[in-house]
Amino acid sequence: MNWRRVWTIAVKEYTQFFRDHRTVISTMLMPLIQVLLYGYLSSDVKHQPTIVWDLSRTAESQQLLDAFTNSAYFDIRYRAHSMSDVVRHIDDDQALAGIVIPPDYAKLLHEKKSPEVMVGVDASDATAAQAALAAAGAVGSSVTQQLQIQQLKLEGAAPSGIGVDVRARAWYNPGLRQEVFIVPGVLALVLQFTMTFLSMSTIVRERELGTLEQLIVSPIRSSELMIGKMVPLVTIGYINVTMILLVAVFWFGVPVVGSVLLLYFTVLVFFFATLGLGTLVSTIAKTYIQAVQLIQLFLLPSMLLSGFIFPVDAMPKLMQVLSYFVPLTYFLTIVRGIIIKGIGVDYLWPQILMLLALGLAVFTTAVLRFQKRID
Amino acid sequence: MSAAAAVSSTVRVDALTRRFDSFVAVDAISFEIRAGEIWGFLGPNGAGKSTTIRMLCGVLAPTSGSAEVLGYDVGRDPEDVKLRIGYMPQGSSLWDDLSVEEHLRFYCGMFDIYGPGEKRAVDRWMERLDLKKRRSQLAGTLSGGYRKRLALACTLLHDPKMIFLDEPTSGVDPLSRREFWDIIVGLAEEGTTVLVTTHYLDEAEHCNELALIYGGKIIARGTPENLKHAPGGGETIEIVSEHNVAILDAVESLPFVRSAGLYGSALHITVAHKEDAAQLKAAVSRLGISIASLEPVTPSLEDVFADLVRTP
Ligand SMILES: Nc1ncnc2c1ncn2[C@@H]1O[C@H](COP(=O)(O)OP(=O)(O)OP(=O)(O)O)[C@@H](O)[C@H]1O
Ligand SMILES: [Mg+2]
Repeated sequence: MNWRRVWTIAVKEYTQFFRDHRTVISTMLMPLIQVLLYGYLSSDVKHQPTIVWDLSRTAESQQLLDAFTNSAYFDIRYRAHSMSDVVRHIDDDQALAGIVIPPDYAKLLHEKKSPEVMVGVDASDATAAQAALAAAGAVGSSVTQQLQIQQLKLEGAAPSGIGVDVRARAWYNPGLRQEVFIVPGVLALVLQFTMTFLSMSTIVRERELGTLEQLIVSPIRSSELMIGKMVPLVTIGYINVTMILLVAVFWFGVPVVGSVLLLYFTVLVFFFATLGLGTLVSTIAKTYIQAVQLIQLFLLPSMLLSGFIFPVDAMPKLMQVLSYFVPLTYFLTIVRGIIIKGIGVDYLWPQILMLLALGLAVFTTAVLRFQKRID
Repeated sequence: MSAAAAVSSTVRVDALTRRFDSFVAVDAISFEIRAGEIWGFLGPNGAGKSTTIRMLCGVLAPTSGSAEVLGYDVGRDPEDVKLRIGYMPQGSSLWDDLSVEEHLRFYCGMFDIYGPGEKRAVDRWMERLDLKKRRSQLAGTLSGGYRKRLALACTLLHDPKMIFLDEPTSGVDPLSRREFWDIIVGLAEEGTTVLVTTHYLDEAEHCNELALIYGGKIIARGTPENLKHAPGGGETIEIVSEHNVAILDAVESLPFVRSAGLYGSALHITVAHKEDAAQLKAAVSRLGISIASLEPVTPSLEDVFADLVRTP
C-alpha cells in the first residue's frame, strides 16, 4: 500500500467534491431533511387501548397502573375478570395491550421481593408493539426506582423533599416518545443511503468520463484507488452524523445515553461496510444508471430485513438468515443500543465484529473484482 | 522477465490478436520497434490502431498472441509495463473540474514523484507545452488544442522510456502541431521510444518507420522513403488542370489506373507500369480538356496509401 498514492487520490476527490457546490449542498442537506421527515411522519403510537386484569386490587397495584397511564402509551379502557377476557379483547382488536397483575403483587413488594407483572402486546402493528413493549419496560424500571426511593425514605434517611424529588425525576423517563426509537434508526438508514450512493459512482463515473483508462494505465493499485476514493466520503459521512445527532438532541430532544466516542467509532466500521458495498456495485456496473438500479436492488430489501420496520425476531426463519448479511441489521442494534439503552462494547462487540467482517468481505471482493483492464 | 537492458527491441509483437465477440479488431499482427525509434501507425478509422495500443499498454487483454514492451510481457506483467510507459489515449482523459496544475500534481502522485522533483517535473512540462499561463485554469474550459497539450504533459511527467501517443495532434492547429512534433522528435533523440498514430500524412514523414494497418492487419511497412518507392514498379503522374474532377471521373475506371485522387489542387494518378504513362497521356488528350501540365512525380504517402487500401 503506497499511502502517498492513496492521499493523491483523496486530494483529487476532495477537490472535485467541494468544487461541485450542488453536490455539496445536497449531500449535506438531504440527510437532515430525511431525519426531519421521518421524525415527524412517524405514526403516533401513544394511547394504545389497554385491558387490565388486576388480581391484586391494592393501592400498590393501582399505583403501578397509574404509572402505565402516565407513560401516555397505555390507555386503560377495560377491566378483565379472567384471562380469556384479556385474550378476547386483544384478538378482537379492541385492545393492543393486556396487563395482568398477580394476586400477591402487594404482598411480595412488602416482602421486598420482585413480583412479576405480565404485559401482552398485539404484535401485528410492529411499530406500536415495539414502542409499547419498550414503554412497559420503562414503566417497570421507573416504578422500581420510585419504590427504591420510597424505601430510602422509610428507612429514615430524612431527605429534604425537593432534593429527592429532583433525583427521582432524573431516574424517571416520562418522555418515552416515538422519536426516541425512530431517530437512531433513521440515522442508520440515512447513513446507509448516503454512503452507498456516494461510493457507487466512484468507479462508474471515471468509466463514463473516459478517465478510467488513464487511471488504469498508471501504477496505482486497485486497493489504493478504492481507499483513496473512500477517504473524502468518510469525512462527509462524519459531517452527516454530527448534523443528524445535533438535530436529534436539540430538535427532537433525543438524548444520547451511551458513549458518543463509541458511536463515532462504530459509525466508521459501518462506513467501511457501506462504502465497500457501493464500491463493489461501482465495479460491476458499466454505467451510472446501472449502478443506481443495482444499489436499489439492495437498499429496499436491506431496509425491510434489517429490523428498521419489523423486528428481526418476528421474521420468518429464511428472512432472519438473510438479515445476517445486511450491515444495517448490526448497525441498527448498535446505534439503538448506544443512543437509547446506553450499552457499551461489552454488549455490542459481536455486532461490531460482524459489521467489520462484512465490510472486509465486500471490500476485498470489490478490490479483487476491479481488474485494471477496460475489457 | 528482467534483462530489459539487453533487449534491443523495445516492443516485440507476435501474432497479437484481439476479438470483440466474433469481430476480429486486430488480426495476428507482428512487428518490432527498436529503442529510440519513432514508429508511426497509420490506417483508416476502425483499422485497429487504438485497440493495438491498448493491448501494448496493458489495459486491454489480448485474445491471443503475445507482446513484450521494455522486456515485460503485457499479458503476464501488465503492471511492470505500466510503471515504465506513458500513454496518451485518443479520447479525453482529463477531469473537467480540475485545473492544469492539479492534473500534473495528480499524475506526479501516481508515479511517486514528490518534493522538489514534483515541482521540477510540473514546471518543466508546463514550460515546454506552454501551459504556464493556464496553470490554474480548469481543464473543462481549455480549448481542444490545450487539452491535448495537458494530456501530453500528463503522459511525460515521469520520464517514461516508451510512450504511446494515440492521435496526439488531432484537433491541434498546424503551428502547434509542429511544436508537438519538435517535442516528440526531441524525446526520441533523448532515447525515448515513440509509437504514434496519426491521420496527418505529413506528420508521418517524421517517423523512422511506418506501418499501415487495415482491417486489423498490417498491409505495408517501411521507412517513409521506402514506402513511396515500393508500389510494384508503378508510377505516379501529376496532372494540373482546371477540370480535375472531370478528368478524375474519366480516368478512374481505365484498366491500367491503379488509383487516382485529388492531391491539393492537382490530380495524382498511379498507373500499374511505367509504360502505362504514355497510354494515360493519350487518354487524357482524347478527352479534349485543357491541362496545364502532366508529369511523373514521386508519390506522396497519400498516394501510396490510397493505392494500398484500394487494391489490397
Ligand atoms: N470495446 C469494444 N467492443 C467492440 N468493438 C470494439 C471495441 N473497441 C474497438 N472495437 C472495434 O474494433 C475496431 C478497431 O477499433 P480501433 O479503435 O482500434 O480503431 P482505430 O484504428 O483506432 O480507429 P480510429 O482511427 O477511428 O481511431 C473498430 O471496428 C471498433 O468498432
Ligand atoms: Mg483510434
